[in-house]
Amino acid sequence: MAKIRIAQYWAAGCGGCDVALLDIDEKILGVAEIADIAFWPIAVDAKVKDVEAMPDGYITATLINGAIRNSENEHMAKLLRQKSALIVSFGSCACFGGVPGLANMTSKKEILEYVYWHTPTSDNVEKVLPTPHYKVPEGEIEIPVLYDTVYTLDQVIDVDYYMPGCPPTTNLINEFLGMVEKHVKEGAPLPPKGSVIASQKTLCDECARKRTTKKVEKIYMPYEIDIDPEKCMLEQGIICLGPSTRAGCGAKCLEGNQPCRGCMGPTAEVLDQGGSMLSALASIFAIGNQESQLSEDDILELMTQVKDPLGTFYAFTMPASIIKKKVKEKKATTAPKEA
Amino acid sequence: MAEEAQAQSAPVEAEGWEPKLLVFCCNWCSYAGADLAGVSRLQMPTNFRVIRTMCSARVDPEFVLRAFAKGADGVLVLGCHPADCHYIGGNYRTRRRIALLRVLLEQYGFNPDRLKLEWVSASEGMKFQQTIKEFDRTIRELGPNPINEE
Repeated sequence: MAKIRIAQYWAAGCGGCDVALLDIDEKILGVAEIADIAFWPIAVDAKVKDVEAMPDGYITATLINGAIRNSENEHMAKLLRQKSALIVSFGSCACFGGVPGLANMTSKKEILEYVYWHTPTSDNVEKVLPTPHYKVPEGEIEIPVLYDTVYTLDQVIDVDYYMPGCPPTTNLINEFLGMVEKHVKEGAPLPPKGSVIASQKTLCDECARKRTTKKVEKIYMPYEIDIDPEKCMLEQGIICLGPSTRAGCGAKCLEGNQPCRGCMGPTAEVLDQGGSMLSALASIFAIGNQESQLSEDDILELMTQVKDPLGTFYAFTMPASIIKKKVKEKKATTAPKEA
Repeated sequence: MAEEAQAQSAPVEAEGWEPKLLVFCCNWCSYAGADLAGVSRLQMPTNFRVIRTMCSARVDPEFVLRAFAKGADGVLVLGCHPADCHYIGGNYRTRRRIALLRVLLEQYGFNPDRLKLEWVSASEGMKFQQTIKEFDRTIRELGPNPINEE
């Protein structure tokens, strides 16, 4: 039986997804049994020109992790799409933009100027910024162009499957590899295109913590209280994105006594994870019978206990959210509170 | 859809720009209030579209975000007065959500005044008219939805 070919590529991500694939322990031997690694920059020595030389559709499945935020990311994603039969959007950054996606809160200009000029440790007297093309005595050198917006993988190329998680858990990876293996060995059908390789339910369904009142009195940061490891995080006043997050990770963070931050992304029928969480959190505040007496200011004070709704509710999904990117009003806002 | 909205509203921005307002009315109070304003022939701007929901709490934050993403210049959510909700506490949930959603919209760069919550009962046709007039004025001052510019 001919071996299948797999590849993995690393776009705007941290590399954790590549390690997650190595982390499947002895199962990696099963992978080696059915598959050749065609391209995987972190693990094997294949060059971009080798990929360019492959015929179209040569690679059976390519896992791409990381968001798309520069010209190289985009070029490689498009190249690998052309050379692969299946593309898996691997990890939260590829699926929803992930943590790098929070750069959509600002702009390319602001990022470059802060990083190269204004950080406390910068001493950039000539105000040098990276330039995509630069002439040196040896010739011209090039670096990729940074984009103003961070994109998800499926905003740039066609994607066959999604595997969210930061990084995807060993179980999910094994589940997917098992499906591919069965497909190769026994001809079992693959899941329909566009499937998300995870659960269809919310994380609360997988979480072992006890829920009783489903009410939150006051919001705390995790360090402010002793967290009861048996009791629902939200009932203790800690913002946990469980109600708006897709299950499939096994609620590992909750097992480790940390709240969910939402890396698995929105649930199946939801477009906007942040909006979903905002709705859930606002609904469970325990106010009692006096709510008709509260003024609008009281309500605002209550709700602004959530200090940073955008950063909290969209920690992994801003580029995949409905609004996607910060906008700029032409007229200055009536009361500039920030800065 | 987003492109359509963009094509329509972007170029006409300076002169002849008409704000697009979306108004969510709850079935029991505000929609009846809007109806009363209509049958009383109260004059008001005509650049708003009403969507009737069973309760103001049915207005998922996602609906509001989608409205802005598709180019609405302002979103108005109308519900029953506190203590008058047909479903006992729906309007309280709405009030908390809208308060937080306005903070979120501001973080996204929108002027939070583009989203407004108001209580309109079934007998308040006049208040419906006033609310629409005021909201229209607010949005005209703010100008077009910035998402249409991009």
